[in-house]
Amino acid sequence: MAIRQPSLLRRVAGEESAVRRMDGLMLVAVAGLCVIGTLLVWSSTRTWAPGSTGLVKKHLLNEAIGVVLCGIVAMVDHRAMRAYAPLVFLVSLIGLGLVLTPLGATINGSHSWILLGGGFAVQPSEFAKVGLLLVIAMLLAQPAEGTDRPRGLDLALALIAALITMGLVMLQPDLGTAMVLAVITASGLILAGVRKRWIGALTLVAGAGVFSVFYFQLLEPYQVARFTAFVDPNVDPRGVGYNSTQSLIAIGSGQLLGKGLLGGGQTTGRFVPEQHTDFIFTVAGEEFGFLGSVTVVLLLGVVLLRGLQIARKCEDRFGTLVAGMIVCWFAFQTFINVGMTIGIMPITGLPLPFVSYGGTATFANLIAIGLLQAIKMRRQSF
Amino acid sequence: MIRMRARLLVLHVLVLTLLAVLTVRLWQVQVVRGQEFVTRATETRTRAVLVPAVRGQILDSRGRPLVRNKTALVVSVDRARLTRLPDGGKEVLGKLSAVLGKPVAQLQQRITPCGPGVSKPCWTGSPYQPVPLDEKVDTREALQILERQEEFPGVTAEIHSVRQYPGGRAGAQMLGYLQPVTEAELEKREGLKASFSGVDLVGRDGLEYVYDDALRGKSGLRRVQVDRMGKALGLEEQITPVPGDHLVTSIDSRVQDVVEKALAKAMKSAPAADGGAGVVLDARTGRVVAIASAPGYDPAIWAGGISTRGYQWLLSDKSGKPLVSRAINGQFAPGSTFKISSVTAMLRSGYPLNGTYGCPGSVMVGGRAFNNFRGIGLGSMNLHTALVKSCDTIFYQAAYTQYLKDGGRNPKKAPKEVFANTARAFGFGERTGVDLPGESSGRIPDRAWKKDLWNRTSAINCERSRKGYPEVKDKARADFLKRLALENCTEGFLLRPGDSANFSIGQGDVLVTPMQLARAYMALVSDGKLRSPRIGWAQVRPDGKVVKTIEVPVVGKLPLSEKERLYIKNALSQVPQDGTAAGAFAGWPMDKIRIGGKTGTAEVWGKQDTSWFASFAPTNKPQYVVVVMVSQGGMGAQTAAPAVREIYEGIYGIKQPQAVPGGRLTTRLPRFSPDGTVARG
Repeated sequence: MAIRQPSLLRRVAGEESAVRRMDGLMLVAVAGLCVIGTLLVWSSTRTWAPGSTGLVKKHLLNEAIGVVLCGIVAMVDHRAMRAYAPLVFLVSLIGLGLVLTPLGATINGSHSWILLGGGFAVQPSEFAKVGLLLVIAMLLAQPAEGTDRPRGLDLALALIAALITMGLVMLQPDLGTAMVLAVITASGLILAGVRKRWIGALTLVAGAGVFSVFYFQLLEPYQVARFTAFVDPNVDPRGVGYNSTQSLIAIGSGQLLGKGLLGGGQTTGRFVPEQHTDFIFTVAGEEFGFLGSVTVVLLLGVVLLRGLQIARKCEDRFGTLVAGMIVCWFAFQTFINVGMTIGIMPITGLPLPFVSYGGTATFANLIAIGLLQAIKMRRQSF
Repeated sequence: MIRMRARLLVLHVLVLTLLAVLTVRLWQVQVVRGQEFVTRATETRTRAVLVPAVRGQILDSRGRPLVRNKTALVVSVDRARLTRLPDGGKEVLGKLSAVLGKPVAQLQQRITPCGPGVSKPCWTGSPYQPVPLDEKVDTREALQILERQEEFPGVTAEIHSVRQYPGGRAGAQMLGYLQPVTEAELEKREGLKASFSGVDLVGRDGLEYVYDDALRGKSGLRRVQVDRMGKALGLEEQITPVPGDHLVTSIDSRVQDVVEKALAKAMKSAPAADGGAGVVLDARTGRVVAIASAPGYDPAIWAGGISTRGYQWLLSDKSGKPLVSRAINGQFAPGSTFKISSVTAMLRSGYPLNGTYGCPGSVMVGGRAFNNFRGIGLGSMNLHTALVKSCDTIFYQAAYTQYLKDGGRNPKKAPKEVFANTARAFGFGERTGVDLPGESSGRIPDRAWKKDLWNRTSAINCERSRKGYPEVKDKARADFLKRLALENCTEGFLLRPGDSANFSIGQGDVLVTPMQLARAYMALVSDGKLRSPRIGWAQVRPDGKVVKTIEVPVVGKLPLSEKERLYIKNALSQVPQDGTAAGAFAGWPMDKIRIGGKTGTAEVWGKQDTSWFASFAPTNKPQYVVVVMVSQGGMGAQTAAPAVREIYEGIYGIKQPQAVPGGRLTTRLPRFSPDGTVARG
């Protein structure tokens, strides 16, 4: 008799298999967020046409594709991913470049899209987050001889990669994504052990950059207006401050228990703009109340804390860096997104991870989860 | 790896902090301040559309409408929405001007809120209310707007009720008018804000003002759920409007017409006449049967917003200020009609009722001769004849005697001032309290008034007494004025002997309103009780239920015994037959309907005399008290008395159709059917 090959099932789910070491809690949290997101997308888009289910079907399709991508990524050994990193980065740069060609399309004032036909479009800047993250991790994972700090050349390369990516994104222009990319880069540098004085110097340079952007009026007027409106939302109640005020009203009126799914009058009346994407948290706040919105925050917290746990338990620098950068990415996006809807952060066009509608973002987020799972499953060094 | 771990730990703390911040802030927004945002959400999510209540009608004593409603299509503009348009609404106004056939500039002016530098016809209401632009739109025009709403953002055409006046000009000042409610009024009146809608009007004068609360009703409300674009999603709340109560008045619209006509004729007959008033009271109840003032105007001018020229005209001297009701605002010396008070003062001073008094052609008062009319002496007579023949000198003497008793030029500490105080007891010098706004109180020139006047004017008089009147060309006149100023400066605080004499025959500084005189005569000829006349009789719900009957309050009693009262009444009953008004009533069937009264001719310095006639009929059991006053109308017997005769002719149907069936006023409220219409018959 031939030696029985372990069945596929056993190989995947057996005691020795990596699947057993998946982070179940994180997956449950992500699944919960996806379910809540689907409900909220339904609630906020069903009013677009009478009797329709809005974007629910498309959202479910996006999530299904995302889950498949997540699974595929999780199957790959993350150390092998290190080899693919330059490739992934290059592809995302090409994507960002294509956006600037006639292939690119403008949706909601942001020239960030490539239309694929059939009503589908991709947003390369979302993939760019993953691409940049991987390439920075790859560069900084290798410490200089005899130290645990990255080499100067690698650091320079990482900064160049980040600047190119951010520059392309700013050409769209998409300030929110550029900020996420900056946070990803910064978190990579910090976690990789770059010297504090270097980090301080870079912070100064970045600060000077931001100052000159304002000083030489390089930003679009609407972007400046968003920041001014954040300082005082009543400055222009019809303009940007309107969004801020309306989202506060929607969330606040949800009170403790909320008005129930589909029961939100502010949502039904579509007083908050972009309430299926950037402002989806307002729907959660209004319809599910404090308990519901805190649940969303806590589920995101579970993802972040489990991600941190993965980063800490991982025994190779690349895995730790990737996991840590992903956590920073999600943490930043969560805090900015939720914060802007409750008036503690400026209005910035960033989706809420796993909850907001948006195909490319959903893919990118679930790919990141796949990465985290891959790192968790193979955390031991060989 | 150790450094990396340490930095991960910092990240861990950071993430936990951020989560805590979000949770705390969510608690604050949703739980702590939740209620506040619920309120704000309701405000943004819903639009309250106020549904105006139908205003109650004003009816006469037989249920005939004095003011009623007709439905009209009203085009209104929401200024707030218009100004938010990119071009400030210019295009919409342009289209609207084409549809309505009115110039753009006029429309623009109409919707501009009144303020400094903005002249009429500006918008007097709240800047947040829709402004009614045209109240006489026809259906075709309205449909043009309603069917193309997208071309007319902020413009609506709705059915509203508009006031209509079946009587035309009759009683315009009494009925009053409506004007859009102003912001200041909204602030001032509690609860008004909630109950008013954009096109709501508020009573500004007359009965519309006094009975505004009852007539107005309660606006309804439709709270409509809307989306961000203002598109209606559904009805959230509906409160149906409560229509206003009808006001049944004691006015008899036919008598009112008769009075208006008689007044107009009297005004025409006296070439210098510049104003007149007629008051008819129900002598049994003190209710007002008719109240007219000339010149009048057509109250329809108010409907749909008044034009600048129309408004200026109403206020101008050229038009004779028709907004002012001479019946309650006109203050004139009453002349001999005032003698009912003076004869009472004589009785109260101790003069015997049956005494005989000399009526010389003139008497000396304080060193000056005071003459009878035309200086004719009439010999000895009793008080009856003194009233019938209107002897002046008897009253001069009596008043001067009382003046001296009070101490004359050096008054006692507590002067009795019998003549002034008796006049007060007849209701002069104070408002009658009739249910109309802005009534004048008249004037009793007693010692206190003199002193008060002096306090206010002595500075000017004293200066004039030194500097004279250089601006007056006529030398003699300037000298006279200077002497007068000196006199007023040095002793203006004193009631002079001549003042007391003049007062006794209703001349000089004494002023009364026609309404005051009418109620004084009513008290005299009915039961001796002074009443506060009422026009409103009852408030009736639209379904016919009487909500409230308005009583006529008794506010005083004449200082006369029953015997004295009847004595005076009897004397007056002879005036139209044998006395000063005999000419005016020549040929009147006194055997059938006997009329009593008193003429009055009051001198006004620099003007024609004020013509008065105060009357009552029938004399045995008076039903009517009729007073007519014509300013600059000449003698009482000449102008006012014939007008009064004409009014009685109308009431009783002599030489013209009978205005009051059987000459008898109705004593019952009109009956209403359950559907709110007046049951005739």
